[in-house]
Parts: sequence; C-alpha cells; structure tokens
Amino acid sequence: MAERSIRVDKGWSWRSFFLQWEWLLVLIFIVVNIVNSTLSPYYLTADTFLSTPQTFLDQAFLVLPMTMVIILGMIDISVASTAALSAVIMAVSFHAGLPMPLAALLCLAVATVCGLINGILITRFKELSAVIVTLATMIIYRGIAYVILTDQASGDFPSWYAALGWGSVGGVPIILVAFAACAVIFGLLLHSTSFGRRVFAIGNNLTASRYSGVKTDAVIVTVFVLTGLMAGFTSLFLTSRMGSTRPNVAQGYELSVIAMVVLGGVSTAGGKGRIGGPLLAIFIIGFLNYGLGLVNIQAQSLLIIVGLLLILSVLVLNVRFRNRHQRSVPAAAKMVAGEGQPNEDRNP
Amino acid sequence: MRRVFRRGAMITAIAVVTLLVLAFAAGCAKPVSNTYAIVFKNTGNPYGDKQMSGFEAGIKEQGFQAILRAPDQPTAEGQIAIIEQLIAQHVAAICIVGNDKDALQPVLTKAKNAGIKVFSLDSGVNPASRLTHVNQADSAKIGSTLVEAAYDMAGGSGDIAILSATSQATNQNLWIDFMKKDLQDPKYANLHLVKIAYGDDLRDKSVSEAQGLLASYPKLKVIIAPTTVGIAAAGKVLTDKHLGGKVFLTGLGLPSEMATYIESGVCPYMFLWNPIDVGYLGSYVATALVKGTITGKVGDKFKAGRLGDYTITQAPDGGTEVLLGPPFKFDKTNIEDWKTVY
Amino acid sequence: MKRTATASESFRELGLLVFIVIICVAVQLRNPAFLTLSNIGDLLTNTAILSILSVGMMMVILTRGIDLSVGATIALAGMVSALTVNSFRAISPLVSVLEGMAVGTVAGVLIGILIARFNVLPIIATLGFMNVLRGLTYVVSKGAWVSAYQMSDGFKGIATGGVAGISTPIIIAVVINLAFFYFINHMKTGRQIYAVGSNPEAADISGIPRRRIILLVYTIQGALAGLGGVIWVAKFASAQSDTAMGFELSVIAATVLGGVSIAGGSGKVSGLILGTILFGILNNALPLINVSPFWQQAIQGVVILAAVLVNVMVKRNSQRFALRRRAI
Repeated sequence: MAERSIRVDKGWSWRSFFLQWEWLLVLIFIVVNIVNSTLSPYYLTADTFLSTPQTFLDQAFLVLPMTMVIILGMIDISVASTAALSAVIMAVSFHAGLPMPLAALLCLAVATVCGLINGILITRFKELSAVIVTLATMIIYRGIAYVILTDQASGDFPSWYAALGWGSVGGVPIILVAFAACAVIFGLLLHSTSFGRRVFAIGNNLTASRYSGVKTDAVIVTVFVLTGLMAGFTSLFLTSRMGSTRPNVAQGYELSVIAMVVLGGVSTAGGKGRIGGPLLAIFIIGFLNYGLGLVNIQAQSLLIIVGLLLILSVLVLNVRFRNRHQRSVPAAAKMVAGEGQPNEDRNP
Repeated sequence: MRRVFRRGAMITAIAVVTLLVLAFAAGCAKPVSNTYAIVFKNTGNPYGDKQMSGFEAGIKEQGFQAILRAPDQPTAEGQIAIIEQLIAQHVAAICIVGNDKDALQPVLTKAKNAGIKVFSLDSGVNPASRLTHVNQADSAKIGSTLVEAAYDMAGGSGDIAILSATSQATNQNLWIDFMKKDLQDPKYANLHLVKIAYGDDLRDKSVSEAQGLLASYPKLKVIIAPTTVGIAAAGKVLTDKHLGGKVFLTGLGLPSEMATYIESGVCPYMFLWNPIDVGYLGSYVATALVKGTITGKVGDKFKAGRLGDYTITQAPDGGTEVLLGPPFKFDKTNIEDWKTVY
Repeated sequence: MKRTATASESFRELGLLVFIVIICVAVQLRNPAFLTLSNIGDLLTNTAILSILSVGMMMVILTRGIDLSVGATIALAGMVSALTVNSFRAISPLVSVLEGMAVGTVAGVLIGILIARFNVLPIIATLGFMNVLRGLTYVVSKGAWVSAYQMSDGFKGIATGGVAGISTPIIIAVVINLAFFYFINHMKTGRQIYAVGSNPEAADISGIPRRRIILLVYTIQGALAGLGGVIWVAKFASAQSDTAMGFELSVIAATVLGGVSIAGGSGKVSGLILGTILFGILNNALPLINVSPFWQQAIQGVVILAAVLVNVMVKRNSQRFALRRRAI
C-alpha cells in the first residue's frame, strides 16, 4: 500500500480509520437529506435527486483530477480559467464555421493543452511551485479569453447541444451518466493501476520516488494533462447549461473544487486519500446548497455554513491524525503547494 | 471501546451542530402560488436591496408573500441555481435582474414551462427568456439626458470621457450606445468623447481608471459615469485632487453616496430614479401577469398601486418593456431630502 | 549574526529592478504623463495598502503558510470601523484605526490557533475563514453600505491626509516596511521565522518555539490586514461587503513576484518592496498607455510569469557561477 501503513503494529485500525471518514461523510449526507426534507416539502421529489445534480455536477468533473493533484501534494488553481478559455474558443470557432462536434473537440483539446503547459512549467522549473505557476496561468488563460471575446457573449448553439446539460437518457440526466463514467475511470486509475501507485508515492516523498526510478516528471505532467481535459468537460457542460459563454464564466470554481476534495478527506499534505470521499463531498455540498436554497437562506449565511463545515471537517481529521502529524512534522508543515521536501536545499 | 465511543460522540456532535445551524435558518415553506420571487444580481448591493424592498412592499400590499434572493457573486451560474430552487418551490412569478442577457435563457425557459411567469427588471434578459421588462427609464432618454448634461457642464465644447461599469453590463452598454449616437448630432460637434473606461463596478478599479483618465487627458472637462460605483469613485478622486470646478462630474448615482460631492460642487447635478419605485412597479407587473390582466404584449395596460397606470411599450431589443418614468435630477436644491432615502 | 548576502540574491533583486526600469521607460515613452509627481503619488498611494499587506503575507509565506483570507479580513475590519464612525461621528481616527486592527488581530489569532495548535493546513484554515469572515461582514452590516457622507472628515482623512505632500498611507507603508526590515533581519524572533520555514523539524528540535512563532505570524498578518482595511475604506470613502474581493491573490502575486519562495524560508524585504512596486506600476500604467481593458489581465499574467521565470533563471545561473568559483 502506498500509505505509510504501519501494518505491523497498528494494521487494521488505520484501514478502519480510512473507512470511518467515508462512513462519516455518508452519515453527514443522510443527515443533510433528513434536515432538508424537514425544512421544505419541496425537497423529497424525484426531480430533486435527478435534476438538481445537473446544477452542480459541472464542477464535479474537476474534483476527480484535483483529487489526484492534491494527493501529489500539489495544487492547481488555474482550472476555472482553463474552462473559461476553452469554452470561449469553442464558441468562437463554432461561429467561424466549424461544425459543433468539432468545436466541442477543440474545446477539449485546448483545455488539455492548457493543462499540459501547466505540467511542463512545473516540471521544467522545479524551483517554481505549483501554486505560483497555476496562479500565473490562471491569470493568463482568462486574460486570453478576454482578449478573444472581450465583453461579448457567444451562444446560439445547435439545439441538440443543450441536451448535454439539460437532457436525460431514460430519466437519468446525461451529465450524471457522463460523470459516473469519469468517476469510475478515475477511481480505477487511482486505486487499481500502477500509475495511481506512483501518484501516491510521489505525494508521499518526491525525492525518494525519483531515486526509486519513478518517472516523476511524466507522472506529474500526466496528472496536469488530465486536469486540463476534465476542465474541458466542465466547460462543455457549463456552456450547455447556460446556452452561451463569456470570458468570465466559472469564476470561483477552483476554490470550491478544492474545498470539496478536502472535505472528502484528502489530505493536502499529499500522499493519501481515496476517491470516494470527494465524490460524497460533491453531493453533500450540492444538496446542502439546494436544500437550504429551497427555504431561501441568504447566500451569505450559506457561505458561513460551508466555511465552518470545511474547517470542522479538517479539525476532526486532524484530531484523529494527531499521532501521525507528530511523527512527521515536516509532512504536516508542508505547504499545499507541495514542493516543500524536507531535504530540499534552501538558500536563504 | 473508547474508539467506538469517540466515533459515536463525534457523529452525534456533528449531527447536533448541523441541526442547530439549520434550525435557526428554518422557515416553513408555504405551498404554491401566492409567492412571488425577485432575483437580484448580487448581495451586498444597497441599490439592489432598495429595489427588492420596493418589490416586497408592493407584493405585501397586494396580500401575497415575497421571496428575495441574490447570489453572493454577480454571476449567471449563481442565478441559475437560485432559479432552479424557485422552480422547485412553485412560485407564481419570477422577476429577474439579470447578470447575463443570454445565459439565463435555458433555466428561464424551464421556469416558463413550469407555468411560472417570468419577466426582467433593471438589467434585462433577452426577449426569448422573458414576457416583458421593467425599465427604469427610456434608455434613449437616459443617454440624451446625460449628453445634454455634459454639454452644459463643459460650456459647449471640450473633451469628455465615460467611466462605465463592467464591459458586459447590458444597461450601461445600451446607454453608452445611445450617447454615442447623440454625440453625432451637429449640436455637440465641439464635444469630443476621448475614452470609455471600465471600472468593473469595483471601487479600486474605478478609482485607478478615473485617475488614468485625468492623467492621460489633461484637457478633460467632464466625466460621465452611468454607474453608481463609478460616479462615487470619480467624485472621490476629483475631490482628493482638488479638481472641483475644473473638471465636472455627472452620471447616475445614489443620492446617499453622492451627497458630499453634490454639495461641494464637484458634481453639479446627476440623475437616477427611485429604485424602490422600480421594485414596486415590478411587483404589480408580477401580479398582473399571474392574474392574466396583461400578457406582456405591446399595448397591455395595468394599474400599479400608488404609481398609477402603465402601458407596455416596444423595447429596443425586440421585446416589450414598461417604463417607470423620466430620469430624476439630483442637485444642490434637493439632495438634502433624498440622501437619507436611498 | 549578520547575514551575508549571496550573489544569487543580489542578482534576483537586480533582475526585478531592471524589469521595473524597462517597463517605466516603455510606458513613459508612450505617455509622458506617467512619470509626473502627481501620477507617482497616485501610484504609491494606491500601492500602499498592497505593500502593508504583502509585509504580513511575506511573513506567512516564510513559514510555509499562505493566507487566503486577507481580502475578507480587510472587508470586515473596514466595515466594522466604518459602522462605528457612522454611529459615533466624533471618534478620533486613531481609535478607528486601532479598532480595525483589533478586528483583524482577532481574526488572525483564530486562524493562527487553527494552524499552530490544531495543525490545520493553512490553505484550508484560511479558505474556510475567508468564507466565514465575508459572511460576517454581510451580517454585521445587514447588507448596507457605509457611504462618504456617513463618515467623519477625520476618518476620511486617514487616507487623504499627508505630510509635506506625501500621503498618510504612503508614510504608514514606509514605516511598516522599515519596522519589518529591522524585525526580520536584526531581531531574534524575526530570524526564527526564517528558521521555522526553512526546516520546521530542525527548528522544533533546536528549541525554537515553532507553534508560537506561527501564531505570532498570523496574528501580525491579521493586525496588518485590519490596518489595511481601515485605510481602504477611508480611501474609497465606502464600506461594502464585497470590498477587496479577490485582493488576496494580488497580495500573494506581489509577494511571490518579490522573490519570496512559496516553499518557505527565503525572501528579502528589498525584493518584496520591488515586487509590490512592480505590481502597482502594472495597475497604474496599463490604463495610461491605453491598453485595451481586455488585454490588461493577460498582460499582468504574462508579466508575473516572466518575472518569476527570470528569477529562476537568474538564480540558476548564479548558483552555477557560485559552484564554479566554489563560493559558499
């Protein structure tokens, strides 16, 4: 196992702990649903569970690769800008004559390239942390979107395109089907392939992995490429939901995606986590927002609630983790930007 | 055993905290169609708050319930989520102050298909998304009034500049287009529009843009700011630089924010309308649509409480609209009265 | 113990300085209104708040932390002091400033406790707090704004007043930067901040009070953010719940631009000042040279990336240089 499993003396209890966090999330999910139904008679309908996910699942595509990024010990705050840029390019190329299916592919391609650039910058310039690289690209990508589309909106897509975000297949929303497929793929990738093992290894200790023969650069670049690709999916579904796009779409997505991953129990110190947690967190936060909105809670109160929920969940995680932290202080003090290897040379 | 106990305690604690937090946010949802909703652009905007309170007053006056919502960020995505929630609550009508002209079309169509009457207010949505639009004042009139004011303040000739909001804002862009058209009139031949700057409705950006205008165009005579954030920012900049009397300011501003600058003469006069009245008018449009008194067609007539009778007219974008009235002028003589109202 | 400056550091600052000079010259050629006393005064005043906050952010980043909540702290502190001035007009501006700093300090202490005592990762603690503080700003003000006419002249004078033509915010920023320079370079606790960021485990073992230092750092950051909040609100003569939204990214960008390493443990005050000034120049110059507003963001991003990359290349070259000459 890639986790620092002390199977010899603690063994079973660590694995139980992991299961516990996900079970806790399940419980929170049930509680949220119970409270929502009590608060509003409109909550418990088939419509809620089938069509509400359409509102928040576009962000969910980003949660999957972000989980990998955070397990790597890094972070990517440029995802929202990547989504905006790829959406804008898709719209502009469609109106320039490109058939819609090709435009959609172009959207995915552009987003993937954005991710690739991130990956290359991070691995080529190891002195730069992921935070600063993605901060710069976050500003640049959205800036390019503004240069292309200025203050205009671009829409008027063919009518079948709206079905992506609004339509269903046999009663199940298309976006849910697509997301479920991606979730399964990412889950398998992370937990059942050697690639996934390498991701965990790098997150645990970059230097050791490198010296053990893991091609760290390739793995890191791949993860960021996947992030870019998923940002493309987000942009496809978001644009379909809105029927048009502008350079300022998807603002704030990066932080809420990170919040979902962290709520899902993935430690920002890197090296551990399971895909199940973030998946549950997506639905918890999504249904919480919806249910509270049904009784017209003001947006600001919702902000406070989600903020507190985030802090509370991490506190709980940390209290459980206290022993682990004391054993590895450098890991605990590691910045989310995730370069901070304890042995790295640092010239003051 | 201790571990199980700890886990149980933790779970209970979280459940209790969650319930407590949500309990004090509770409200029983009333069933169905005596509820009318208004969705503004974002929270924390006093202009929007006034509009929403006018709407609420009008709805309550007619004996119904009002729901006031706004996203915490001025985005279309935030409004889409809110509209979905309103659809689920089976409200009778939705009055939308749009963050985006087109992006709300799919969700508003869903609302219409669910039997909800949809119309826009202040910042419009495209004609396909709405039954009608409540406009504060004739857009062309706003444009010409502001140009006339600039002409007056510049003494007939000179450089003028516009400090707008975001580059996407539907209303501002409409007014600016009318202003540009007006400026082509031979009467304004000696007025030169040197720049349109965008302050994005952010204080600090509006301040930097205003400073930039003053630095780049030393012969600037008038700044027109058709946005409450921009005009207040420009007022501050002109005051700090002691340019009152040399460079003049006009536009659309909240009397409360601009009182200091009108009294000092930095802004001789400016315009706006009463946002409370706009919301109030919206509330009567809502109930009239639901009752069937009007359908949003040109020529429909209805009565809007204390404001009197209104007729629906053709709107420049191809849809229909209801106009509140002419823009109201604020100057030294009346600012005292209005600065505490809004 | 006096630190000896390594060649790489001097190169880093030099690179930034050259960058700044090039940009200034280019802008001046396009628009001679740039290098006028009045414009420079505007530039510096607008950058003052950024400078005050980047001092705090540098300390936080030195300890391998990050603070995403500064924007929200500014908003809350500014709103609270503005509301107080609205109710009690006669309050002295000094009291308002202290009040704002108090609010910021409380926020900073809470965040510091979460990070130091409960080992919450800084990005999470500050992300959560960002939401909570913003929500509180709205709740405290009940959604209303505080406008110019509700503020006393003394309060507004915090930002507009000045001595010998230099505005108060600039003076405050200079004082804070000088104090910070002395603290971080010549006082024991200041040096310990570098140690904590450089190698927390070693710091712990050497008896450096790591947790207390981290708590101190976030507390100071909060106090500075509170101060910045009062100046901000006084400067724009308006307090609203979305004040300074997104400002935290500008602060982080300016700090990192100044050569402070995100991985902690390294950075110089001189670099910080240069980075902040460069950022301020970008914000000031772009409207002046009539850059289309739609290009502004892209250009800012490119400049940040370029400056950071140049830093890296310079550092690599100087390291190679140093190795060759066997300088330590």
